[in-house]
Amino acid sequence: MALTETPMQAERARTIYEKSKPGRRAAVLPDTEVAETPLAELIPSELLRDEPPRLPEIAEPEIVRHYNKLSRRNFDLDSGFYPLGSCTMKHNPRLNERVAALPGHARLHPAQDPKRAQGALELMSLLQESLSEICGLPHVSLQPSAGSHGELAGLLLTRAYHADRGEERTKVLAPDTSHGTNPASVTMAGFEVVKVATNERGGVEMDDLRAKIDEDPDQVACLMLTNPNTLGLFDENIAEIAALIHEAGGTLYYDGANLNAVMGHSRPGDMGFDIVHVNLHKSFSQPHGGGGPGAGPIAVSERIEPYLPRPQVVRRENNGHGPVYDLDHERPKSIGRLRGFQGNFGVFVRSYAYILSLGGDGLAEASETAVLNANYLKARLAKGRAADRLPIAFDRHCMHEFVLSGKPMKKELGLATLDLAKRLLDFGFHPPTVYFPLLVEEALMVEPTETETKESLDGFAEAIEAILAEAEDAPELAKQAPYTTPVRRLDEVKATRKPVVRQPL
Amino acid sequence: MLATIGVDSVDELFAQIPEPLRLGRPLALPDGMSEAEVFERLAALAARNEDAERQVCFLGAGMYDHYVPAIVDAITQRSEFLTPYTPYQPEISQGGLQAMFEFQTAMSELTGLPVSNAGLYEGPSSVASAAYLAMAATKRRRFVVSRGLHPHSRETLATYSVGYGAEVVEVGLAGGETDAAALVAAVDGETAAVFLQSPNFLGAIERVEELGAAAKEHGALLIVACDPMTLGVLKPPGEQGADIALGEGQPLGNRLDFGGPSFGFFCATEEQIRRMPGRIAGETDDVDGRRGFVLALQTREQHIRREKATHNICTAQALNALGAMIHLAWLGRQGFRELGELLVRRTAYARERLAAVEGVEQLHGAPVAREFAVRLDAPVDRVLDRCAEQGIAAGYPLGREYPELEDGLLVAITERRTKAQIDLLADALGDAIAAERGEISVQRTAETPAGAA
Repeated sequence: MALTETPMQAERARTIYEKSKPGRRAAVLPDTEVAETPLAELIPSELLRDEPPRLPEIAEPEIVRHYNKLSRRNFDLDSGFYPLGSCTMKHNPRLNERVAALPGHARLHPAQDPKRAQGALELMSLLQESLSEICGLPHVSLQPSAGSHGELAGLLLTRAYHADRGEERTKVLAPDTSHGTNPASVTMAGFEVVKVATNERGGVEMDDLRAKIDEDPDQVACLMLTNPNTLGLFDENIAEIAALIHEAGGTLYYDGANLNAVMGHSRPGDMGFDIVHVNLHKSFSQPHGGGGPGAGPIAVSERIEPYLPRPQVVRRENNGHGPVYDLDHERPKSIGRLRGFQGNFGVFVRSYAYILSLGGDGLAEASETAVLNANYLKARLAKGRAADRLPIAFDRHCMHEFVLSGKPMKKELGLATLDLAKRLLDFGFHPPTVYFPLLVEEALMVEPTETETKESLDGFAEAIEAILAEAEDAPELAKQAPYTTPVRRLDEVKATRKPVVRQPL
Repeated sequence: MLATIGVDSVDELFAQIPEPLRLGRPLALPDGMSEAEVFERLAALAARNEDAERQVCFLGAGMYDHYVPAIVDAITQRSEFLTPYTPYQPEISQGGLQAMFEFQTAMSELTGLPVSNAGLYEGPSSVASAAYLAMAATKRRRFVVSRGLHPHSRETLATYSVGYGAEVVEVGLAGGETDAAALVAAVDGETAAVFLQSPNFLGAIERVEELGAAAKEHGALLIVACDPMTLGVLKPPGEQGADIALGEGQPLGNRLDFGGPSFGFFCATEEQIRRMPGRIAGETDDVDGRRGFVLALQTREQHIRREKATHNICTAQALNALGAMIHLAWLGRQGFRELGELLVRRTAYARERLAAVEGVEQLHGAPVAREFAVRLDAPVDRVLDRCAEQGIAAGYPLGREYPELEDGLLVAITERRTKAQIDLLADALGDAIAAERGEISVQRTAETPAGAA
C-alpha cells in the first residue's frame, strides 16, 4: 500500500543525548553554604571519579519538548480502547493521583518512627482489612511489589509451611494455561513445575490432576491456579480441586490477575485457596505507568499466617485511647523480607482511594459490568466474519475476558493473529494480548474491563469486521500493517541478535 | 447488551460459579463515597504523618529527601506515560521504549558498566536478583556478603536464598569498612558472588577494587550496590571491577512515598546480558529503515521462557525510571557532578559540626559522601524523641539492625538540608543528650543508696 509518510514517521527518532550541547543545562542548585574544600581533601582521590558521567546537557524547555514529543509516540489508555487480556486496563481515576501526591504521603520517609506515621500505617491496615474481606482470607501482607513478587512470596510461604511441619516437598502443579510468571516463580523458589492439562470446557483436566498428584502425593507442595483462568472461564470443579490438593497436603495458590471478574461475587478464600496475590495495578486502578509501578499484596489463611514477611503492620488497642498502629518485626517464623521498607505505599494510597470511592457494592458492580462487557463483545464477535475466522476457543459464557483463535483466519485468509493485531493499530485500538494462552493456536485474549462503553465495544467489533472484510480482497494490507503509527513493523530479531541497549556516546 | 448475549440478566453470566462458592451477601466494606469525601478522608490520614515538609529530615538509609524538580511530575503525569502498560506493541510504544533506552544509557554512564536493564522493583530485591544471576553464571550457590550491605538487602537476599538453595555468609565491618582480611578468608572456590555496598550502610566509601580482588581470584562475581546520587563524584563500580552494579533508585526523581514505589537499577558487563533480569529496550529498524526501539532479548523473560526464564519479573517500575531519567536530564552532566560535590561538602560540614557536640562522636573515620554515622552518649531512641519534639527527624537508629551499634545514629544529607538546618540538628542533639544525661544522672543519684561510695 503506497501511503504518504506521516510527519512523525518522517522525523528520525533522536535521543536526548543527541540533542545535548556542551555547556547547556537546566538545574540551578542551592549554594553550597559551607567551605568549598577540594573534594580530594575529603575523599582519597583514588575513590573519586575522573570525569562526570556523560549525561545530556540540555535546557529545561528542550527537555520538556523532548519528552512531550516522546509522549506523542505512545498509545495510552486515556486515548483509546486497550483490551489487553489479563492486564485489566481500567480507567485510572485522577483523584487517586491527587491524594497520593499529598505531602503527608509523598514526602513521608519510610524510616519514620511508626508513632509519627500513624496515618500511613492506619491506611495500610485499612487496605489490609479491605483486601482480606474481598479475598475471603484473614491475613494480608502488602509487601510484595507486583504479582510476580507475590507469587514468589507465596511459594516461599509454602516452603516455610511445609518445612515447619518437617516436610520438604518439591513439586508445584500449574495448568498449561497459566501465566508465564507462575512457572518462572516456581523455579526461582526452588521447586519443579508439573504441568496439568486443560479439559474440553477450559478448566483443569481432573483425571490429569489426579494422575499428577497420585504420582507422588507427598511431593505436592502447591497448586497455582487463576480462577477465572486465562481463558476467562471459571473452573466449576474448584471445590474438588481444592479438596484433592489439601488431601495430598499441598497448599493452593490463587493468581489474582483475574480478580476483577469476581469481586464481591466469589472469594478465593471460600474456594479453598490458602494464598492469594492481588494486582493493585489491575483490579484496583493503579495506573500501569508503561510497565509499572504496581503492587502485589498477598492474602493468606490462618495456617500460612505465621510465615508472612516481616515487618507486618499491626493494630493494637491502646487502653480505650483508640487504636495504635505499628510495624511488627518480631515474627520468629517469618520467611523474612522480600524488599526494602514496607512496600509500594504510593500504590496503596491510590488503591485504597479506589476502594473507598466504589465501596463494597461498587466493587461488585464493577465486576458485573466487566463480565457483561466481555460477554457482549464476545457475542458481537460471534456474529459477522469473526464468527468463522476468529472463533471463540471455548464456547460458553465467559467471565471478564475471553480467548479467540485466529487459526481459521490464518488458514483461510493467510492472516496471522499478529497481522490482525498490527492492523488494529491503524484503526486506533490497542490490540488484545496475542499468542497467549499457549494452549490456543493463534490466540487473541480480549479483556474490555468495566470502564468501557457499549459504543467503544461496538467500535472494536466493527474494526475487526472491517479488517477481516478487507483481508478477503487484499490480505497483503494487514500483513504489511501498521501504516499510520510513528514507526512501522520493527525488526525484533535484530534487536536480540545484535543488541544495542544504550546510546553510543 | 443482554439481548445480544442472549441472557435475561447478568446473574446468568455468573451461573458458572457454583452456588456454594457465591458470596451471596454484600462485601462488608463501607458504601462508596463522593470524590470530595474520599479526598477529605485521605487528607485526614495524610495529616497524621510527620512528613519531610513538617519535619527537618535527616533520615536516609537508602531513601533520601531530595528535591524532585517540577518537570518530573509534569511529564510523568502525562496520560501517555501514566496509563499505558508494558510496550508489547512497540509501534505504538516508541515514547516509552525510547525513554527506557535513554534511562539505560544514563544508568550505564553512572555505573560505568555497558549494559543496563529498564529497572527492577527496588533496591534490596535487585540484590537478590543479582544473586540469581550469579548462580546461573557460576553454577555455584554460595554468597559472601559484607555487613556494610543494607540490612534490608541482606535480609531479602537471605529470604530468596532459601528458594535458591544457597548459602549466605556474612563478613563483618572494621572501622566502618568491610573487614578485608575476613572477606579474603570467607571467599572460596564455591562462592558465586561477593556483595559489597559503597558507600556502605554506615556511609563509608569502600575500597571496592581492593576488596573485589578476592572475588576475581576465585572466579566469583563482584556485585556492588551503590547510591546513584553519589556517582557524579565517586569512582563508578564499573571502573573498580564490578560485574554488576545495582541499587535503590529512589534518590533519582522519585518521592519518598513511605518506601515506594521507586525502582531498582541493575547494570552489568556485556558477558551477563543474556542472563539479565527484567525488561531491556533495544534499538532496531522498522521495515522502511526508520530507527525504532523494541523490548530486546525477550527470550530471557517469563512470558516466553516460562520456567526457564532468567527471572520471574513482569510488571516493573517503568514510570519511576522515567522520573529518574528526567531528573538526570534536568541536572545534566555538570549539575549532577555539582550536586554530588555539594552533598560531600555539606556532609563533611555536618560530620564535623556534630562531632563537636558534647556527647556525640564519630562512629568511624572512613571517608563518606552523603551519610555518616555517629555514636551518642545517651539512649538513641530518647534523643530521637526529643529532637522530634523540636521538629527534627535526627537520623536512623542503628541498634535494631546492628545490635553492636546500639548507640549509633545514621545521619543523611541532601541538597535540601541547609547549613542552618545542620546547625539546628547539632544544637538539638546537644540539648537532647544533655537533657538525657541530666535525667540519667538524676535517676542514678536517686538509685544510689544514701551513704554509698
